[in-house]
Amino acid sequence: MSGNGDGNKMRIKNLTMFYGDFMALEDISLDFASRRITALIGPSGCGKSTLVRCLNRMNDLIEGSRVEGEIILDGENILGAGYDVISLRRRVGMVFQRPNPFPKSIYDNVAYGPRLVGMKDNEKLDFIVEDSLKKAALWDEVKKILKRSGQSLSGGQQQRLCIARVIAVQPEVILFDEPCSAIDPISTQKIEDLMAELKKNYTMVIVTHNMQQAARVSDHTAFMLVEEQGQPGRIVEFGDTNTMFTNPTDKRTENYITGRFG
Amino acid sequence: MAREKPVRMLLMTCASLSFLAILLIFLFIFKESIPAITRIGIPNLFSAAWNPDKGQFGMLAFLVGTLLSTAGGLLIGAPLGIGTAVFLDQVAPARMGNLIRRGVELLAGIPSVVIGWFGLIILVPFIAGITNSAGYGIAAASIVLAVMVLPTITALAAETLGSLPPELKEASVAMGATRWQTIRKVLLPAGREGILVAVVLGMGRAIGETMAVQMVVGNSSQFTLNPFQPTGTLTSNLVTNMGEAVGNFRAALFAQALVLLILSMVLILCIRLITRRKEG
Repeated sequence: MSGNGDGNKMRIKNLTMFYGDFMALEDISLDFASRRITALIGPSGCGKSTLVRCLNRMNDLIEGSRVEGEIILDGENILGAGYDVISLRRRVGMVFQRPNPFPKSIYDNVAYGPRLVGMKDNEKLDFIVEDSLKKAALWDEVKKILKRSGQSLSGGQQQRLCIARVIAVQPEVILFDEPCSAIDPISTQKIEDLMAELKKNYTMVIVTHNMQQAARVSDHTAFMLVEEQGQPGRIVEFGDTNTMFTNPTDKRTENYITGRFG
Repeated sequence: MAREKPVRMLLMTCASLSFLAILLIFLFIFKESIPAITRIGIPNLFSAAWNPDKGQFGMLAFLVGTLLSTAGGLLIGAPLGIGTAVFLDQVAPARMGNLIRRGVELLAGIPSVVIGWFGLIILVPFIAGITNSAGYGIAAASIVLAVMVLPTITALAAETLGSLPPELKEASVAMGATRWQTIRKVLLPAGREGILVAVVLGMGRAIGETMAVQMVVGNSSQFTLNPFQPTGTLTSNLVTNMGEAVGNFRAALFAQALVLLILSMVLILCIRLITRRKEG
């Protein structure tokens, strides 16, 4: 499943992004290896969330945002004119910082994606819902309360419900935008275990401000930084996670991961 | 500390006065309509025959007129208002949205007599032209009411949609939903209670509206389900006759006012039920 023929599912090439006149990201180039987890780390405001939202073009929602450069998914530039954003978002799913289940039943939350494309067959939907909840390690906790509101679950369960909702549309890439920053340590543990399990089938990108988390879950890490207030976010260092945490090449990376700032 | 008590007393007086005013209005209307119940009788009061000179005080024509014109007004006004709210909150670019918002607010500020006048000189002749009738009636009243409930429904529905957490929309869009799918499947269901309250409040406005309706409804006392026939509503009948009514006639009008009051109170109760369920 190495989409670009070189083991990389997605590649960012010289991406620069603007909000109006403000340059938020400058000249970002990154590769996301197929069926691996890539972490984006860096202090608050360094643009890591902005970057991850370029990968499924969520930034399109913001008036006045525009991008230059290329993002290649399986050999195709997703920023190209006429690229089908709807299908892109089905292939590149996203889990958000705050768990955001719909005010619908647990079942309807998971069935949301399949129903969007017109699936009405209840047997198929039942299967997808069960399968997705199992893959998200939530099935045993909710199998008897599928009709209850997704918002009645605990924060950690809600986040796993959101993961199940994404899995239900069978994406190829899953983006996690600080998925554990709003939930408790035990739930965080469960989600990290889940990510390790999901790695067998999905290419994943995780934004996190928690360096231990990046070290625990990811195979590759990119360190981002805004040099000075008002400047754009840039990649300082990108490489193998172990190497970066044990032997960083850049002084700024070392300062950050040893906790000297941020 | 020393000032606590007088301030408390003052505020309590204010609150008590407002409550007392409402209570007195209710008691007064109730008291004045007692003769209608004892002397005219419920069967007569709710019959379809309105002929005060002959002792017939049936309010059915007006009650039906009120209910039909309100329903008609909402049938036109609610979709229009909710649609406008969705457009303002989800579709319109910021600047255009603001412009339309101002416009709708302005609409709320237009005195009802002006809207009624507009209805009288433009709407009624127009309806008369296309239906070959006099033009007065429930249809004209409904359209005028639709215009009057539009600002209420639009503003409240837009506020409801605006107060939904942005995460909901993001979640839906990130799943590959189109804008329309997101609106229909996530945002409108999530805002259901607030939108329902908006419609019920609009209904309250429509039921009580007097001037504009009186100008276009035709002020006949005939019972009719034909929207192009002149008829009356509770409010239009009250305002038309309140000046000269005495005795049983007067009591019958108060009974109609009481029915109107009860209708409004039922609506307020509905809103309380809707909002309580939301909290629960």
